[in-house]
Amino acid sequence: MKSAKAYRISFFILVFILILCLLANISMGSVSIPVKAIFSSLINGEVEKESWKYIILNYRIPKALTAILVGSGLSVSGLLMQTLFRNPLAGPFVLGISSGASLGVAILIMGTSVFGTVFSMSLISSTGIAVAASLGSFLVLMAVLIVASKVRDTMALLIIGLMFGSITTAIVSVLAYFSNTEKLQQYIFWSFGSLGNLSWNQLLIFSIISVLGIGLSILSLKNLNSLLLGENYARSLGMNLKKSRFTIIIATSILAGSVTAFAGPIAFIGLAVPHLTKQIFITNNHKVLVPAVILYGAILMLICDTIAQLPHSEYSLPINAITSIIGAPVVIWLLVRKKKMVF
Amino acid sequence: MVVSQEKENGVLIKYFIIKKNLQHSVLKVKDLSVGYSVRGKDLIIAKDINFSLQPGELIGIVGANGVGKSTLLRTLAKIQPKLNGEIEINGKNILKYKPLELASELSLVLTEKIPSKNITVIELIALGRQPYTNWIGALNKNDIRKIKEAIALVNLQELENKKCYELSDGQLQKVMISRALAQDTSLIILDEPTTHLDIYHKAYILKILKKIAFETGKTILFSSHEIDLAIQLCDKMLVMSKNKTTFGDPCSLIEEGKFNELFPKDLIEFDTKTGSFRVNQ
Repeated sequence: MKSAKAYRISFFILVFILILCLLANISMGSVSIPVKAIFSSLINGEVEKESWKYIILNYRIPKALTAILVGSGLSVSGLLMQTLFRNPLAGPFVLGISSGASLGVAILIMGTSVFGTVFSMSLISSTGIAVAASLGSFLVLMAVLIVASKVRDTMALLIIGLMFGSITTAIVSVLAYFSNTEKLQQYIFWSFGSLGNLSWNQLLIFSIISVLGIGLSILSLKNLNSLLLGENYARSLGMNLKKSRFTIIIATSILAGSVTAFAGPIAFIGLAVPHLTKQIFITNNHKVLVPAVILYGAILMLICDTIAQLPHSEYSLPINAITSIIGAPVVIWLLVRKKKMVF
Repeated sequence: MVVSQEKENGVLIKYFIIKKNLQHSVLKVKDLSVGYSVRGKDLIIAKDINFSLQPGELIGIVGANGVGKSTLLRTLAKIQPKLNGEIEINGKNILKYKPLELASELSLVLTEKIPSKNITVIELIALGRQPYTNWIGALNKNDIRKIKEAIALVNLQELENKKCYELSDGQLQKVMISRALAQDTSLIILDEPTTHLDIYHKAYILKILKKIAFETGKTILFSSHEIDLAIQLCDKMLVMSKNKTTFGDPCSLIEEGKFNELFPKDLIEFDTKTGSFRVNQ
């Protein structure tokens, strides 16, 4: 099999672009900071204003790193789902993971007005929301895994995942109907997604979980390539279908679940990045694709975040809207130009 | 001089007879019934199947639509469970094989379309080495040699770096056969390898299978609707009709009139002279 070596130049260029995007992302923001001050804060040198250094070290760098983790995590889980379900429309959230997280957060925020004031307001901090989102996606994941162990057909699993999603979305709607405007607004703000709320400690936890998920994906590389031939062929190649399917589902859930917990339900990236990547890396060999989507997803997310924070203005747009507004036309343009999508 | 030649020949013949007897069966099937289990009740599609295949043989399974050819092949490949009877591969019960062990004894070419064609021919063939590679699927020198051999046997050298979506049906079928060869198993099972192909390519694919069986000593079992081609090329055939499954070499099967029992006689009839079916005028 053609190894990653053949794509060395493409990888080199991608890493270079990633570094450029990272620097651009850190240099731009609502407060204008000179480039010189940025570099000296990065190398821990003398900075003119102490507040600049604080902004860069405790706000912009964590936000940029979050963008990288979110972008690469979602992209890898999207790729895994597309291969597992042999469906180019699959994304990281097909198994209902994001709806599970939404349900958790919805219950935390809006449940207070429905079930009375059992939850105190202090619970609704960013950590509280992350915990609620994790719990919600974890519960849905458990349900999916139990079903997965009973269902032989992977396509049935896809439908079941979508059904779980529908149920949770419906419950969220009911909660929204009964809750007051303030709570509703708070929930909607969460659903816009946000990269900037993580402290260094939270970022550390997020990184560890992401590395775990990507590690599991790397362990599945060989099986993912077998799955390109379909399940029957994969089994005839000695692959333990149930076990590999479990590993792939768990890897996806860890990646997509942690992203949703820390940054909200971010749409589009997971679905689109694998397709965008295949425009450059014209192959379905996962040994090439997995590292490629990691880089690609990180770059795209950094670009989207740079645009979202609107340089030199006080406003920052919801990241969830930007990913789709920027990303969707790109995908449409690429597919129209190619006239044919090869999966 | 002549006497010694004859003696030598005699010894040679004896040697071959002994060798033939020593040859083990690659696949042995005893009293097998295949079908589906629906809510605890067995739905038998074909039963009392008995045969034994030797190394280097090309065996064709023929029969009408729905008689259970694919079900039988899927059962032999352990894709679906058997209902009754025994299946032995190289002297070991198929149930005792772990998935990875079975993958080095048995390879498949199925009718289903592969979901992703965005890989090159050589990448696809290399997937045949998956049972032997390490956790990440890295190919060593031996793997690469086997892949090259598999490509050469099927004459795919010129298509090596093409993408699978650029290939015709016939070419893709050759690639799938080559992939099964790269898996380097003693038994290859193919489910209707000649469907969707024109008559030339049908003959071409079966000819290649014959060549592979002869040159590599692998046992090749396939199902097909090309009864006339199969009669000409196969060493043995398995004729499946509604109630009975018969195994034997094509000539004796013709003599026994087995092919005439395959279909209702109102439309077509088997012509024993040409070994093919004729439409009743």
